[in-house]
Amino acid sequence: MAHPLHAVIAQTEQVILGKPRQIRLALTCLLARGHLLIEDLPGVGKTTLAHVLAKTLGLQFQRIQFTSDMLPADILGVSIYQRDSGEFKFHAGPIFAQMILADEVNRATPKTQSALLEAMEEQQVTSEGETRPLPTPFFVIATQNPTNQIGTFPLPESQLDRFLMRIQLGYPDAQAERGLLAGIERRDLIANLKPQMETAELMALQKQVRQVLVSPALLDYAQAILRHTRESARYVHGLSPRAGLSLLAAARAWALLDGRNAAIPEDIQAVLPGVASHRLQSVQDVHTSDGDKLARELIEAVAIP
Amino acid sequence: MKLNAPLTFGLIACILLVSAPHAEHLPLWISTVCVALLAWRAYLTWGGYPLPARWLLLSVTVACVLAIAVTFRTLFGREVGVALLILLSTLKLLELKAVRDATVLIYLSCFIIITNFFYSQSIPTAMFMLLTLLVIMATWVHMQTGTLALRPRLRIAIVLLLQAIPLSLIIFVLFPRVQGPLWGMPQDAYATSGLSDTMAPGSVSKLSLSDAVAFRVAFNDTVPLREQMYWRGPVLWDYDGMTWTRGNNATLRQPTLSDTSLPVDYTVTLEPHNKRWLFAMDMPAKISISAEMAPDFQLLSRRPVTARTRYDASSLLSYRASLEEPPQQLQRALTLPQGYNPQARRLAAEWRVQSDSPEALIRTALAYFNQQEFEYTLEPPPLGINGVDEFLFETKKGFCEHYAGSFVVLMRAAGIPARVVTGYQGGEFNELGGYFIIRQADAHAWAEVWLRERGWVRVDPTAAISPERIQNGLSSALPDNAALPFMARNPPEWLRSMRLNWDALSNQWNQWVLGYNTERQFAFLTRMGMEEITWQKMALNMLAGIALLVGVFTLVMLRRLAARRTDAVQAAWLKVCRKLEKAGLPRAPHEGPMDYAARIAAAHPDLAEDIYDIAARYASLRYGGEAEQDGLPAFKDAVRAFKL
Repeated sequence: MAHPLHAVIAQTEQVILGKPRQIRLALTCLLARGHLLIEDLPGVGKTTLAHVLAKTLGLQFQRIQFTSDMLPADILGVSIYQRDSGEFKFHAGPIFAQMILADEVNRATPKTQSALLEAMEEQQVTSEGETRPLPTPFFVIATQNPTNQIGTFPLPESQLDRFLMRIQLGYPDAQAERGLLAGIERRDLIANLKPQMETAELMALQKQVRQVLVSPALLDYAQAILRHTRESARYVHGLSPRAGLSLLAAARAWALLDGRNAAIPEDIQAVLPGVASHRLQSVQDVHTSDGDKLARELIEAVAIP
Repeated sequence: MKLNAPLTFGLIACILLVSAPHAEHLPLWISTVCVALLAWRAYLTWGGYPLPARWLLLSVTVACVLAIAVTFRTLFGREVGVALLILLSTLKLLELKAVRDATVLIYLSCFIIITNFFYSQSIPTAMFMLLTLLVIMATWVHMQTGTLALRPRLRIAIVLLLQAIPLSLIIFVLFPRVQGPLWGMPQDAYATSGLSDTMAPGSVSKLSLSDAVAFRVAFNDTVPLREQMYWRGPVLWDYDGMTWTRGNNATLRQPTLSDTSLPVDYTVTLEPHNKRWLFAMDMPAKISISAEMAPDFQLLSRRPVTARTRYDASSLLSYRASLEEPPQQLQRALTLPQGYNPQARRLAAEWRVQSDSPEALIRTALAYFNQQEFEYTLEPPPLGINGVDEFLFETKKGFCEHYAGSFVVLMRAAGIPARVVTGYQGGEFNELGGYFIIRQADAHAWAEVWLRERGWVRVDPTAAISPERIQNGLSSALPDNAALPFMARNPPEWLRSMRLNWDALSNQWNQWVLGYNTERQFAFLTRMGMEEITWQKMALNMLAGIALLVGVFTLVMLRRLAARRTDAVQAAWLKVCRKLEKAGLPRAPHEGPMDYAARIAAAHPDLAEDIYDIAARYASLRYGGEAEQDGLPAFKDAVRAFKL
């Protein structure tokens, strides 16, 4: 087990109780240089998770609460005329941070959403003809509230595809909830967290993820999964090649998190629900998208070659 | 594989498609019952309702069989067989319980496909059946593969059909054809219409309403003029005042031709018409198949023409026919029923007095038709007892049978031996195929008179009234609003050429696919270089060809399988899995090695160490990039040592 990561996971689990899998998936996402979409009800700890991760990894943290009257400039920043110097000066928006929590992205208008998503994709902001790179590492955790959709703009499929994973936190189990209710205020806990890793160390790990071996046999498996989604009558669309790349990147990161330098089928299976659930739609019930169930079915339908 | 709704819908579609063409000739109630049963089945599937009870199905079945027995008054024969097959297949759908039933239905559908060819062997039928076969194959593939989407399912079905093409070609070309009833189509397999051997007002004009093909003719070198193309059919001698019939020839002598010139050679492909006569151009001299020539130059086949028949014939355009006609025959050619048509007789008697020779009399008669206000029409007014009188002096509207008939009556009344000849006139040239199409609409009737010096001479009174009919065909001779078959009119050029191309294609199909009989098979195989053809040789060649093809397919498939075959690491791993499977712990197909090891370890803690070791070695070899020569021996040892 890679030690610094061990410490990161241990510290995060002290604050976020009973969610080891989600914590690992979030870290996987970060290590694979992807972005994370958390879709869940308010109050299950989305913000806390982002906050804890930022603190533990020693990253600059910015929270952007999305609202319907928000403009792209509110995120990216704006150039303001300086009377003294007679020049325009760029005031960087909140997106210029290493870890962004984009809270309730579906509240913003599509225009603002796409400003965020473009910045995510390009890792840079272009405003008034000038391109400014975003800090590295750059990690976005966006949250979406699945219920109460009135007056919201749910992310379309093409935008969803920009997130490496979509996960759900869900309610904590009884034991974890007990710990939560009886324990110290989370806010205080977070305030006292110490960074467990240098930024340089994190970036080295990100580089290491790319070195994780994916054997031809594993590629066969990944391709079998992709092919199945395309040939089966079960799904509206099959998984795209980009989804395939995401799947492998996530599997590599998961393997590294597990202390291995080669990915195995179990890694693919572990990340598949996160990677595939927001990219697959069942033919039978288009409206209720229980992506996890679909992904589980997908795993069971494809034999490991 | 289990039965599901999409598969059931597929099977319903199969039965519906294969049975649909039969609706044309089956009693209406059978089609109705079938559609109702299929709709019922579809409704049950759609709603997920249970299938009907056994007793209900049984009583419906018994009722259907009884109804068929009552309708057809028998339970044997082709028609009944088809009806039973379709009804029972439809009923079978209603007891679709197991995969076995679905398999039976697939085979039944294939069998019903064959029955469709009892009724039609045209290209559209064949294409439709090919499409149907594709649907059946796709349904079958669906049954075999489960949840495959429509497109890959269709792809497999198409590949299967494509693979079948070379096989079926070999069988088609080489399967020994045997002449005889066993291999022939049933006689009523063909729709029949055509000239009969009687002629009454309306009999030819009725035929003119059909654009069905009567026969096709390809000329070898010289192509005669359109107005020379009189295709000779039944020759009619006897007249009872209303109807012309062939009667009995008073002689058995072969007719003779003298002073002949202008020979024309051609090949006729005659559509079946269930009558004995064969058609040839005036005057036929030779024919390649066994046929008898009646004393009036009519060609008669030995048996009714129930299958498409091909023959070469040669005719002579210039001739003197039967100069020596026996007196009994000439007497027949002068006989008229007593008491009918007095006006016509009187007119003929006048002409006889006025004319100094028979030729002059004929000219007078033709001039009469030409100068009086005669009208050429498909819808002449009905005629009474003295039909010829009424036609000649009152209505003056008629079709070729009226003109030919009344002309012969006039000639006989004037003392010139005459007879009616029926057949076809003209034809449409198909440039693509290089042959003439003669349709039922080209049916025609004309007259022949016997002159002492010239024998039987053709006289066509229709040509005197409406020369366009003979030179350009029926459509140019009739007013635009006459009820003509579509193709006998002048359709737009593109449509005409499309129809002609289609006919050329059908002709090839008839000649080479349907008409591929023993003779053609021998000719074709000889051209391919086979010597001393016997059926044993053909059968052997066929089996060899099939074996070769199957061999090639098998080789290709084996190579593909080999490429997919598991390597040594995988083989060893599968061995462990098999051992554990025997112990009741099978690996799920989607279960990774570490997950499986964890499950085994949980179930058998004593095995934990071994199985973890093996799984780790396997993962390292297969996924970890460990070289086989380093890790494989130890892995194999571990597998061998692994015991439960």
